[in-house]
Amino acid sequence: MSFTESLETVTGTKIRIMRKGTGGPLLFLHGASGASRWLPFMDKLSETHEVIVPEHPGFGGSDSPEWLDNISDLAFFYLDLLDHLGLEKVNLVGTSIGGWLAAEIAICNATKLGSLTVVAPAGIRVKGIRKGDVFMWNPQETARNLFHDQAFAEAMLAAPPPSKEGMEILLRNKLTSAKLAWEPRFLNPDLHKWLHRISVPTLIVWGDDDKAMPVGYAPAWRELIPNSRLEIIENCGHLPQIEKADRFVELVSGFIGEVTR
Amino acid sequence: MKFYFMHLMPYADLDLSYDEKHNSAWVTLPNTYYDPKKGHQLYNRYLDELEYADQLGFDGICVNEHHSNAYGLMPIPGVMAGALARRTKNVKIAILGRALPLLNNPLTVAEEFAMVDNITGGRLIAGMVRGIGAEYHSWGVNPAFSHERFQEAHDLILQAWTQPGPSVFEGKHYNFEYVNVWPRVYQDNPHPPIWIPSQGSSETIEWAAHPDRKYTYLQTFASVSTVARYMKMYKDVAAGYGYEATEDQLGWSLPLYVAETDEIARREAKEHIEAFLQKFLRMPMEMLLPPGYTSVKSMVGAMSAKAGHSMKQTIDSVIEEGKFICGSPATVREKLEEYQAQIGFGHLLTLLQFGTLPAELTRKNMEIYSKEVMPYLRSVTASRAA
Repeated sequence: MSFTESLETVTGTKIRIMRKGTGGPLLFLHGASGASRWLPFMDKLSETHEVIVPEHPGFGGSDSPEWLDNISDLAFFYLDLLDHLGLEKVNLVGTSIGGWLAAEIAICNATKLGSLTVVAPAGIRVKGIRKGDVFMWNPQETARNLFHDQAFAEAMLAAPPPSKEGMEILLRNKLTSAKLAWEPRFLNPDLHKWLHRISVPTLIVWGDDDKAMPVGYAPAWRELIPNSRLEIIENCGHLPQIEKADRFVELVSGFIGEVTR
Repeated sequence: MKFYFMHLMPYADLDLSYDEKHNSAWVTLPNTYYDPKKGHQLYNRYLDELEYADQLGFDGICVNEHHSNAYGLMPIPGVMAGALARRTKNVKIAILGRALPLLNNPLTVAEEFAMVDNITGGRLIAGMVRGIGAEYHSWGVNPAFSHERFQEAHDLILQAWTQPGPSVFEGKHYNFEYVNVWPRVYQDNPHPPIWIPSQGSSETIEWAAHPDRKYTYLQTFASVSTVARYMKMYKDVAAGYGYEATEDQLGWSLPLYVAETDEIARREAKEHIEAFLQKFLRMPMEMLLPPGYTSVKSMVGAMSAKAGHSMKQTIDSVIEEGKFICGSPATVREKLEEYQAQIGFGHLLTLLQFGTLPAELTRKNMEIYSKEVMPYLRSVTASRAA
């Protein structure tokens, strides 16, 4: 069975949502490169969960609303979306900017959440550990820096150039990422003060060779969120869900199974 | 037509082999490439050249703003304008900056411009720009808000200049309880002339040509066909608003080199214009066009154009496109006369020093241009207008 795709209007903003599977709800929040395609890790997770993958406002097939200025706007929008979908005990999983967003949602209101998984999240600062300047990387550098295993980079670079529409989506995703994260760079200076409010069990996942969001950030997240566990994946870059999809799925479903028993 | 001497003040002593190790003369080129002893010489030489333009009868001189680069050493152009305000007597002084979105407090520009306008008794021309993409990297300012910060900063400065203070400003990016700039602008009817330099953008033209503004649109470094296209667009937009754009609303800025003969001009200019094109302007796409700096639509256009052909610019290619005018006085006169008649710009900003062009050639260029090109064009354009 294939995934379904729909456009839904949430507080006046149209967003594109992909869905598949039955079981406890798993809301996946994508990173800077959006979520235009249904990926193998989503499919694996859908064997045990109802996997819901929206594209954030300002990304891919969703609207670019006037009101979107910063990460807080997006977090409050997602609280509206949780109401709209009528979901309870949601397992929130976010990667990179999406991990940052998931944490922002969880500090505001975790009443509809069952668990939280953040994968190489942006959002805080550890002085002296510089994040990769993704806005300065050219397409070659981006591909090489995103992955530990360069075979993934080669495959990405060998892909045919995007169509005009594909190019527009890439540029729009980049624009919204800049809006959220250019300055201060991938940072909400206030976020670290409130991460202790996250009351749901939390899993932190990180690749040990992440050049965008260095793994040196992982212990800080572990310390700031009381009820959290850290898993570092070896020989892995910024996108464990792609580069180590099996291990990623095993960790996430194992964790969710354990904490929602 | 009016004639201006424009300067970029490049770091002409740059080690041009920098590009074996670095991909740009901007943002990330280590400032250890800059030698303050040489810089001291260059700044004073360049200021002398700008002052000399006053003596040679130019209508105006132009300073510029760029940050963290070897291409232009005027990050704070008001310092240059201040130095020139007292040493020049007749010329207009155009500050072409200031990059408004980069500033957290645009009132500093309202103040700086008002000071220069007061000292010179109204010789200021106020430039307002967004800065180039690289500056958003250097200054850490979010390019996604570049357009809205520009509009808002402009509105704030205009309010400071035209409404009696104190007044309140309520914006999204800027907020003030007391807008009350001292000194007031000298040219207060209603404010100093505002010029909008641009690399070419329909959004900018529509905004500048609006009847509330009628600002002078200044096309920077572009081929003749591009200049013609954008200036026609300005006139069409003005016509759409129900008025006819004057020559005073259109300006063109370009490098120019004139010498005794075509052959001498080309020989003397070649290495220096090519240093300008290939070394000082060198910049990857990610630096030049950060997200939001231009619309997604224009970005798609720029990227497909780049995929099509990315040709190295040489003296021949830029002369061919009319981005650079180079030749004997007769050649230069003929080209400018033709372009002016065809395009109808009223301000011509010539960059008579570019790249590594040394002092003596710069002075020779200025002298021949002011004696053998400017007077001729002044009389033909005046007689055409009459």
